[in-house]
Amino acid sequence: MSSADFLLELRSEEIPARMQAGARADLEKLFRREMEAAGLAVGALTVWSTPRRLTLIARDLPLATEAVSEETKGPRTSAPEQALEGFLRKTGLSKDQLTQRDGVWFAVVEKPGRAAADVLAEAIPAIIRAFPWPKSQRWGAASLQPDSLRWVRPLSGIVALLGGEVVPCEIGGIHSGRTTMGHRFHHSGEIVIEGVDDYAAKLRDAYVIVDHAEREGIVREGAKQAAADAGLALVEDEGLVIENAGLTEWPVPLLGRFDEAFLEVPPEVIQLTARVNQKYFICRDSAGKLANAFVCTANIAAHDGGAMIVAGNRKVLAARLSDARFFWEQDRKTPLSVQAEKLARITFHEKLGTVADKVGRVAKLAEWLASEGIVPGCDPAQARLAAQLCKADLVTEMVGEFPELQGLMGGYYARAEGLPDAVADAIRDHYKPVGQSDEVPTAPVTVAVALADKLDTLAGFFAIDEKPTGSKDPFALRRAALGVIQILLAGRVRCNLTEVLRNAIASVFASVLERAVAGDVNFAIYIEKIGKVQPHPSLPSDEFAARIADFTSELGDFEIKLEPYSEIALEFLRSAPDVVGKTPAALLAFFADRLKVQQREAGVRHDLIDAVFALGGEDDLVRLLARVHALQAFVTTEDGVNLLAGYKRAANILKKEEYTPLAADYTREPAEQDLVDALDAAEPRAEAAVAAEDFTAAMAALAILRAPIDAFFESVTVNDADPAKRAGRLGLLDRFRAAVHKVADFGRIEG
Amino acid sequence: MILALHAYWGDKGCLILQPYDMRMGAGTFHPATTLRALGPQPWNAAYVQPSRRPTDGRYGENPNRLQHYYQYQVIMKPSPPDLQALYLGSLAAIGIDPLLHDIRFVEDDWESPTLGAWGLGWEVWCDGMEVTQFTYFQQMGGFDCKPVAGELTYGLERLAMYIQGVDNVYDLRFNNHGVSYGDVFLENERQMSTWNFEVADTETLFEGFRRAEAECRKALEAKVPIAAYEQAIEASHLFNLLQARGVISVQERASYMGRVRDLARGSCEGYMEKYRPEWEAKFPGWTA
Repeated sequence: MSSADFLLELRSEEIPARMQAGARADLEKLFRREMEAAGLAVGALTVWSTPRRLTLIARDLPLATEAVSEETKGPRTSAPEQALEGFLRKTGLSKDQLTQRDGVWFAVVEKPGRAAADVLAEAIPAIIRAFPWPKSQRWGAASLQPDSLRWVRPLSGIVALLGGEVVPCEIGGIHSGRTTMGHRFHHSGEIVIEGVDDYAAKLRDAYVIVDHAEREGIVREGAKQAAADAGLALVEDEGLVIENAGLTEWPVPLLGRFDEAFLEVPPEVIQLTARVNQKYFICRDSAGKLANAFVCTANIAAHDGGAMIVAGNRKVLAARLSDARFFWEQDRKTPLSVQAEKLARITFHEKLGTVADKVGRVAKLAEWLASEGIVPGCDPAQARLAAQLCKADLVTEMVGEFPELQGLMGGYYARAEGLPDAVADAIRDHYKPVGQSDEVPTAPVTVAVALADKLDTLAGFFAIDEKPTGSKDPFALRRAALGVIQILLAGRVRCNLTEVLRNAIASVFASVLERAVAGDVNFAIYIEKIGKVQPHPSLPSDEFAARIADFTSELGDFEIKLEPYSEIALEFLRSAPDVVGKTPAALLAFFADRLKVQQREAGVRHDLIDAVFALGGEDDLVRLLARVHALQAFVTTEDGVNLLAGYKRAANILKKEEYTPLAADYTREPAEQDLVDALDAAEPRAEAAVAAEDFTAAMAALAILRAPIDAFFESVTVNDADPAKRAGRLGLLDRFRAAVHKVADFGRIEG
Repeated sequence: MILALHAYWGDKGCLILQPYDMRMGAGTFHPATTLRALGPQPWNAAYVQPSRRPTDGRYGENPNRLQHYYQYQVIMKPSPPDLQALYLGSLAAIGIDPLLHDIRFVEDDWESPTLGAWGLGWEVWCDGMEVTQFTYFQQMGGFDCKPVAGELTYGLERLAMYIQGVDNVYDLRFNNHGVSYGDVFLENERQMSTWNFEVADTETLFEGFRRAEAECRKALEAKVPIAAYEQAIEASHLFNLLQARGVISVQERASYMGRVRDLARGSCEGYMEKYRPEWEAKFPGWTA
């Protein structure tokens, strides 16, 4: 027999459910690493976990490592004696043990194979010591000493059997053996394991299902069945399946009922209470409505069939739900507009003021997006109202308890106090989309508020130079930009993004200024000095920024009370002209990057997005993307490929040559004249097509140039000895390049 | 129930102690846990500790929230290898059958910022209800626990409600002669909630906090760390009362917690300093 099966069980006190999947992967990785280092070939591995054990099974592990002979090259035979002596010292051999080949000494060291049991006896403690638990602890008498063993919870036993024989090893006072323990309550005493083949079966007899996947199956199917038996449908939740399987060695799903009166609480609240606090599944009735039932997963087959367990769990859930109902009732006693006033107590960012300040900015921006018609069909007053209330639920009891219900609860409370559906929906959905796969809002009021909220966040953090770097994006600005892109594209919302961003940035300064001077009796004088605090739409944002800076530079003359963050505010306000000048471009570049990432999945080439962005002035993302789509279709056609080649050739020549374009003062060659004619035809067509946003037609217009530019390069010498001809031809190429640029900067296109 | 637990843990080698005669938020604050968790010497103790949490007061109107309730506390240092089994034995001793009730160890790591302490462990669930906090102390007062102590904190009212099958804490039977928990404590809860939330003079509380702080430092200078620690307990409770009165803002909160932590840490440090030579002599290889 040259190979045998190996079983390793590391038994401990209860491992947190959320760590078990990671622990299985780590155990496999560490085992493979140790075996590879020792030269023991490992085939397929099985790794299992329960709350109380990690198990690894390696089938057909070789019983010994291969013997190896290692050859080391030494000095040349002609080298001085000292060199040879040094080599002998290094290898520990004598001269007659060396061999020589081609005038060089070689030392051959034979390494015999090692018994797998010896390798494993060393590897097991090494694996345990190196195990990367997210959190680990010390315990017991051994923890008196420094550097005592650490494990996720106290480690209590090791089973290590190779071919049925114990692999003897020891760590932290625990000796390996062949005994383990069964279920905490259904079994007492030790279980003796013979080897890999009886392990799972013996544990099953002791009420332990050691394979986590099997337990997951029992939870998944058992919960479904329990719901079906009650005439209900389980709301499936794979996260809960895994968590419950990680909390049990003998899972038994049980269905219980709760008081129907609790169903007046929003279903999301019930689901979250049941799920987060108690790890229960919930059910729906045949009409798809939330039912007054839950499924918990016990870890025992109770003697009474689980009646007492269900009764106990029902009581706990009732207590939780009465808390939730209490919050639901309390919160509805206060209108959202009153709740929103409390946002003045919550700091959004020390430089950007309170959440109330942010809400004020979002409301102005949302209203402006509506009144300018950027978000079509949106009532400006509704947009403002929804924005003013959109963060109010942050101070409600319910969201305090369940932060993940932000937005959703605001929507419920808005509807409960009789606000229009459009406003309630906007409050509910304004955080959306969170991530690529989330639903993208399209209702006009929601679009206005969702855009304004994200744009304000982006403008604010870029204005104070808190941009994402590398993997760090603490304010989730990438997600905000992606959200803006998704909303603009999904709703085909047309806007000049640069202008919108400038207004959002100016608005940040306005709100900081407003706050800085608030409470000062002479406030009106200051406001007079800078014209007005409201930056848009009547006042260009850069002019506004300049006025703010003028104002702050004169502040020294006033005995002004700038509470509560005077110095920070002043310094920030002084940066206004610089920031308003530069930040929109930086933000637009950030959007371009996000757009490339977002469109990659849709198969849109990033260089084509660059080619359109590089034109400058194109910052309507809807139009930009239409242009990119047309371009992508065109550059893969034969005309496109050749036109691109012609463009690159022309651009290269123009890059190299110094020239002043001149009107042709000579007789053009036919190919030259053809190109002139083609340009005369293509230019107005391309221009008209771009203006009409018919980018396919614009590409078709460019295609007219393809044959003439090819012919031009074929038969015309640009660098003619006659300076007039040279200048005329360079001028013609320049015109050709400019014509192409009306559609896209082909210089950015790869290939 | 308390008698059953005393008998059980006494039999397992724990000293049976009495509650500490000061107002404190949890049994962990008792010096028999906090200070005794420090140092190498073995220590096994069990006791009841009345716990005061002013902000949890509900004027006697919530079925299971109280500003004053009882914890049963067990500390075993070093943590014995069979601590889980011992704990389960104690549940059996008070009448909980683990084949009828679903007992589970659910991850819950413990941290007390005001004590500069943390540990890993579980909340123990009985049919979905948390009945005990089970912790292996890793640090106390900023010092590594060498060795680690195991701490069990039972919520006595919750367990009693469970065993008696009662939904409202005030309906608990205090004896077998018709006296309920409400008869004993309801009026206390009402009046103390009123005092905690509405009446307590905040200037006096602030003044008391400052005095406790000063007194703690004085005690530390005089090298009487146990006395210093009492002042840390006092400051901690006064801080809780100030919180209940709603006069500490969110920003100030962290700073006050830091001040309490400094007192607790200072006391632990003083305690360690005082006994370090003795411990090092008695336990070779032990270092703070």
